[in-house]
Amino acid sequence: MSETTLNPDMAPDDTAPDSAPSHMQHGGHDEPTGLWSWITTVDHKRIGIMYFLTSLVFLGIGGIEALIIRLQLFAPEQALISAETYNQLFTMHGTTMIFLVAMPMAVAFFNYVVPLQIGARDVAFPRLNALSYWIYLFGGIYLNVSWFFGAAPNNSWVGYAPLTNTVYNPGLNADFWVLGLSILGVSSIMGGVNFITTIIQLRAPGMKLMRMPIFTWMTFVTSFLLVTALPVIAVALILLAFDRFFATNFFVAASGGDPVLWQHLFWIFGHPEVYILVLPAFGAISDVIPAFSRKPLFGYPVVVYAGVLIGFIGWGVWSHHMFTSGLGPIADSFFVATTMIIAIPTGVKIFNWMATMWGGRIKFNTAMNFAIGLVALFTVGGLSGIMHSSAPVDLQQHDSYFVVAHFHYVIVGGILLGMFSGLYYWFPKVTGRFMDEKLGSWHFWTTLIGFNVTFFPMHFSGMYGMPRRTWTYSSELNVGLYNQLSTYGGFILAISTVILLWNIWKSARSGAEAGSNPWGAPSLEWSIPSPPHHYNFPALPTVQSREPMWHEAERKAIEAVTLAHPEVEPEMPNPSYWPILLALGVTATWALVMTGIWWVPLIGFAYTAFCTYMWAFEDPFAKKGAEVTHG
Amino acid sequence: MAEAVMGHGAGHDASHGGGDHDGHHYTATGLNSWKVGFWTFIGSECLFFGTLLSTYMVYKGASLEGPYPLDIFDIPLTTLSTFVLLMSSLAMVLGLDGVQKGSRGKAAFWLGVVVVFGSIFLGFQYYEFNHFIHEGLTLQHSVFGSTFYVLTGFHGAHVTVGVIWMTTLLVQSLRGKLTPDKALQVEIAGLYWHFVDIVWIVIFVLVYLIP
Repeated sequence: MSETTLNPDMAPDDTAPDSAPSHMQHGGHDEPTGLWSWITTVDHKRIGIMYFLTSLVFLGIGGIEALIIRLQLFAPEQALISAETYNQLFTMHGTTMIFLVAMPMAVAFFNYVVPLQIGARDVAFPRLNALSYWIYLFGGIYLNVSWFFGAAPNNSWVGYAPLTNTVYNPGLNADFWVLGLSILGVSSIMGGVNFITTIIQLRAPGMKLMRMPIFTWMTFVTSFLLVTALPVIAVALILLAFDRFFATNFFVAASGGDPVLWQHLFWIFGHPEVYILVLPAFGAISDVIPAFSRKPLFGYPVVVYAGVLIGFIGWGVWSHHMFTSGLGPIADSFFVATTMIIAIPTGVKIFNWMATMWGGRIKFNTAMNFAIGLVALFTVGGLSGIMHSSAPVDLQQHDSYFVVAHFHYVIVGGILLGMFSGLYYWFPKVTGRFMDEKLGSWHFWTTLIGFNVTFFPMHFSGMYGMPRRTWTYSSELNVGLYNQLSTYGGFILAISTVILLWNIWKSARSGAEAGSNPWGAPSLEWSIPSPPHHYNFPALPTVQSREPMWHEAERKAIEAVTLAHPEVEPEMPNPSYWPILLALGVTATWALVMTGIWWVPLIGFAYTAFCTYMWAFEDPFAKKGAEVTHG
Repeated sequence: MAEAVMGHGAGHDASHGGGDHDGHHYTATGLNSWKVGFWTFIGSECLFFGTLLSTYMVYKGASLEGPYPLDIFDIPLTTLSTFVLLMSSLAMVLGLDGVQKGSRGKAAFWLGVVVVFGSIFLGFQYYEFNHFIHEGLTLQHSVFGSTFYVLTGFHGAHVTVGVIWMTTLLVQSLRGKLTPDKALQVEIAGLYWHFVDIVWIVIFVLVYLIP
């Protein structure tokens, strides 16, 4: 920590010598605009923005679903909605928030930030990146189209057998679910491959692995989890689809199948998935906290190793979701032990963040507030997690609102707050403008209060025995008060989300202008103009340390390269419409499985194959001819 | 290292054509990005087949009624088809060598052998499936039927994709378009082919050979 040349203050907040306002840095030619340019874009920054905005839309949808649930539970024995509708709402709420909000919102940041942090001009496979996005969008739309059929998935986000088979679930509901998730899985695996390759291959000269910002590191670990965990759920979904459409016996107990196998396959994916969700948020605040504590991250290598360790151990804890399914004392003991062990690297990170703040000159702004909020709320979720790592305790808490409280503290308190922190932190880089701090403050405090009012009482309603996934409850359970509080809190959260949307809208148009390094932050993305040119880096910078922008000589050398106006702009891959067409094919192929006729999906497959060929024989760097507008 | 020869199209999505683009050749490791990406994808595929295989193993002996594996497997026949598939991998290696050395005839011949051997393997599988269904083992009949057909079916689908891919390369080779600077494309196709081959070896051992 005592590197003599390190000087976090040499680029103080808004007086940095080279932090020229963004409008002065728009030399050269303008980027193409218009809808078509977004549809055909292969630019990681635009794809990142699309990922983020799309995930915000789904956040709204999932949030409205949650509000209807909360209204139904406002008082005991209400019948505002039917039990069947309730089933659909909590299933879609969970599925939407996990697969259509939390994961893609993290991927939005992967997209925008990681190439900039490692000094790359784009990801390794730009068209594949666009394909990932379009498949995500179409998969999300496909899942939600089910509402218009009155047949939204109703089997909960874990889809336990035999609730998903054609006997108990004869309608289209589970069809939409199993096929929709399959589509989304394709997108995630391709994204994982892309980011692993990008981080291995496209680091700028000198950007050694142990010099990478923690956000990039956590993206790296998350990507490994994506490419390894998603195939497992893919197979589980395929088996389930065969059961539903082709009358196989995978999860049919009457023919020798085992419904518990579904639970194993689901959670072998599902637990790494938890870390897929949370590690990006950890990564984001590991960049935010040092920037606003004016200190390098405390124990950088330990934070990296803890993240990697979480990635590994995350594979060995899945059955703690299944303590009630009767695996026997030996299996239970094993998973109790591994679950307690995985709390250690997570706890290490908490202490690293606190030690980073310790003795720092902390600047409390919205990004930092959300980061600190994560540390606090995730710890609460972690503590209740440790409680049900014990199998006997878990038997009491399983499927009660206590568990609902736990995982919302982890997912909202951990992931969503981390994403918001990242949003306020990187927004100036994306738009060239600050987000409004006053609105940000309102957003933060309404989120913090609304969140705790919603979810803290659930610990109590759970302890009093209120089961989750049940559409109403008896007044004799005496949990009416807690449920009322939760409902009020839910609406406070709704207000906070409206404030967020207003802030994004307003700040993107008229926020205060931010220079290239408005926060005086240490990493490479702050060495280029805000917003960056479409090629990011005119020439590749050379990195010599973990905090390149905090070392005077290094920063000057880098900015001489990154803020320069190139004579000839670096050549970037052309736009392509094949990603969106191919994504349509992938979605259609799965969606056509719904017909239940084995050869119908092959039509979609043939179309997909055609698009694949066109894609393969398209030269991304072909000269554009007359329409070239090199300025 | 081979990578030095394969430097073509490195990094930026230049699977085809590509040519010289300043900066697109740079990678932090010196490896080709397509190769790294494809290895990652193969890693993902390992989990995919691993899960299918695990499902098969978990359900081994769980079928409530026959035919059971020992009743219908024809080990000598499957050994023959396995041999044909393994030989196709050898042909793949020789085909790649032909492309790298710029020997059009050699490349086209061996790529053709890959296509033919791959198709023969698929033919064996078609015959086997037909025969088993005749014996009463359908996809729906028992847990054995479900796990067996889905596992080997997905492998067969992978071989089919491989045959289509190899046919594409063969056509390009015949048209004289597989010049040595395109060797990377063939090498990656080869990675896929060898991987699908190795998966079959595991399936053959676990499903057929171990009673």
